[in-house]
Amino acid sequence: MPDSLNINNKAVEQNTYDAIVIGSGISGGWAAKELTEKGLKVLMLERGRNIEHVKGYVNANKEAWDYPHRGTRTQQMIKDYPVLKRDYPLNETNLDYWVKDSESPYTEIKRFDWFRGYHVGGRSLMWGRQSYRLSDYDFEANAKEGIAIDWPIRYKEIAPWYSYVEKFAGISGNRDGLPNLPDGEYLPPMDMTCVEKDVSARLKEYYKGQRLMVIGRTANLTEAIPGRTKCQFRNKCWLGCPYGGYFSTQSSTLPAAMATNNLTLRPWSIVTKILYDKDKKKATGVEVLDAETNKTYQFYSKIVFLNASALNSAWVLMNSATDIWSDGLGSSSGELGHNVMDHHFRAGASGTVDGYDDKYYFGRRANGVYIPRYRNIFGDKRDYLRGFGYQGGSGRQGWSREIAELSIGGDFKDALTEPGPWTMGIGGFGETLPYHENKVTLDKNKKDKWGLNVLAFDVEIKENERKMRKDMQQDAIEMLEATGVKNVKGYDREAILGRGIHEMGTARMGKDPKTSVLNKFNQVWDAPNVFVTDGAFMTSSACHNPSLGYMAFTARAADHAVSELKKGNI
Amino acid sequence: MNRREALSSVALLLGGTIIGAEAFLSGCKTGESKLGTSLNLTPNDISFLDEVGETILPTTASSPGAKATKIGDFMKTIVNDCYEDKDQQIFLAGMQKLDDASKAKNGKSFMESNDQQRHDLLVDLDKEQKDYTSKKQPADPNHYFRMMKELTLWGYFTSEIGATKALRYIAVPGHYDGCVPYKKGDKAWAT
Repeated sequence: MPDSLNINNKAVEQNTYDAIVIGSGISGGWAAKELTEKGLKVLMLERGRNIEHVKGYVNANKEAWDYPHRGTRTQQMIKDYPVLKRDYPLNETNLDYWVKDSESPYTEIKRFDWFRGYHVGGRSLMWGRQSYRLSDYDFEANAKEGIAIDWPIRYKEIAPWYSYVEKFAGISGNRDGLPNLPDGEYLPPMDMTCVEKDVSARLKEYYKGQRLMVIGRTANLTEAIPGRTKCQFRNKCWLGCPYGGYFSTQSSTLPAAMATNNLTLRPWSIVTKILYDKDKKKATGVEVLDAETNKTYQFYSKIVFLNASALNSAWVLMNSATDIWSDGLGSSSGELGHNVMDHHFRAGASGTVDGYDDKYYFGRRANGVYIPRYRNIFGDKRDYLRGFGYQGGSGRQGWSREIAELSIGGDFKDALTEPGPWTMGIGGFGETLPYHENKVTLDKNKKDKWGLNVLAFDVEIKENERKMRKDMQQDAIEMLEATGVKNVKGYDREAILGRGIHEMGTARMGKDPKTSVLNKFNQVWDAPNVFVTDGAFMTSSACHNPSLGYMAFTARAADHAVSELKKGNI
Repeated sequence: MNRREALSSVALLLGGTIIGAEAFLSGCKTGESKLGTSLNLTPNDISFLDEVGETILPTTASSPGAKATKIGDFMKTIVNDCYEDKDQQIFLAGMQKLDDASKAKNGKSFMESNDQQRHDLLVDLDKEQKDYTSKKQPADPNHYFRMMKELTLWGYFTSEIGATKALRYIAVPGHYDGCVPYKKGDKAWAT
């Protein structure tokens, strides 16, 4: 054997794993954990830098006064982050967790606010942690209404996987017994405030049980679990939690995967394409651009899990196997990159609550209350499809309130050191329908810092969402007024998709390869050893925070992958 | 003989000008130095802002005032780094406006005024900014005194002194209780 071939074979061998996981966020972390625990040698590729658990959370123990600008954005930051500045993520406390817009631009045919985290852990470090199950009201909706395509599975198939991931991730919540918001495996629920308890009771009475306010279900630990300390109620989650008090890749799935000795984690690895063998009709590995050195590497594996987040997973597929399908791997259905969804929000109401002057709270609860969907189910019928849930909360006003009768001076200051009146607010999160024309495509004329073509967004809300938003505001006003909240003011701010940071739908699952990108086990129809288990697989968006579902579908897909591998089917 | 004359005499005695004397003189001529002439705020400017802040949130029996939190430095940092150009100019010009208002009302500069005079002046200015702000259209310029008041409240209550001495702060609460008794006089949580 000639030396060069020998070296080449050795290199291939060194770069060969049982499985490659692309991305290290919520779903990528789960894929790595499940596959390594089942004995596979796994390479997890992350396009950004490493952030080590605890050590990497550089601001986690800082206080407001430790920041030169007390946490707020500067004019320089506004210049440097033209996208991030559009909403709350641009701030001084965790700026390094967000993508530099200048390095990773994208094209907006229509405005889309894309807030990304390119580092180990991805947005599992900054996520909102609200964790809800979908129900058959969600899985059956497309089929019943003739929208898009039917989900290929129903609740009973995914329910055990929800249980499986909830037990490991640690979800705090109350078992409320609601058919449209199935109960899970919960740690003890967090407490409501005195005001929330009363508003909740009045709401139930006023709407005769048709509308309910429950405590939020959140991936924060209300009891310690092995290897992790319970939530300390500091409400500094998005800085990274040194206690491991909430679910993140770093606190949860990565240590489990590492413990198997089967995981190799490679940061600074931008996957530019999945390598595809057209004879075997399977992926053989991936090509990686090293983000620091710009060198190209190839890694090989029996299976590939694509968990780059919905939009970037579509981007990877669009760049793969283009010699066979010009629009990329998974594009044969014509649905790759289409059906982009997010939740539309920023419509609701708030007001003040009289009384309760002798009531307060202790600790900073990184959670709120939740009003599950009640529109277009249980006999309700509106002039739009689907519905919305509300997240909300109450609290006593602080020093930033106006005190009408006081101006400046000692009395003013002393008055501000006491808590003010109670306020209560709720904001809707609405389902967005899957529209084929809401899509991302490759912009061949614009490149990022690494010379890679970027995505172009052509996504917007439509009539159904606009009609829904009227209810999101009006119902909020009505419910708050009905439960005794005063000075209620409604709002309906601009509904820009993307800012919900719940991107979904770009490689939907279905029953038919002609109309879907993935089958019911998240396998790409055109390459069954490629599994896409981030938000890309969502066939409809429902109205709930979706990440718990990504965990459940990932665990299920990993189980299926290993089973199929053992049977020699993939 | 005032100081200017004295220094001028020294110059004459020495048969020439004293290097830096003009700056020295202008800096010491109370009431005549302009406040807030550039974003590079001078020590005089910072002292002035410290006193404005202290008048808005003074030391009381229960907690230190804004000056103890270096509120002038805080205002400088935020105005320099976080304000848009047009707001920076309003803030800078506002410093002199405030001092001019002091002279008009009390016949002396803000720094020369006593605590009561300072307080009364800022009560007037707060009324002025509240009236202005209530009628203000979004495109209209902000009122300089509203900026100073906002910066003082924000800087003070998010400082260590403000959060831990004026308000209550527990870095690691450890648990959450949604409904606890409150009695008048108990301090508010800082966050």
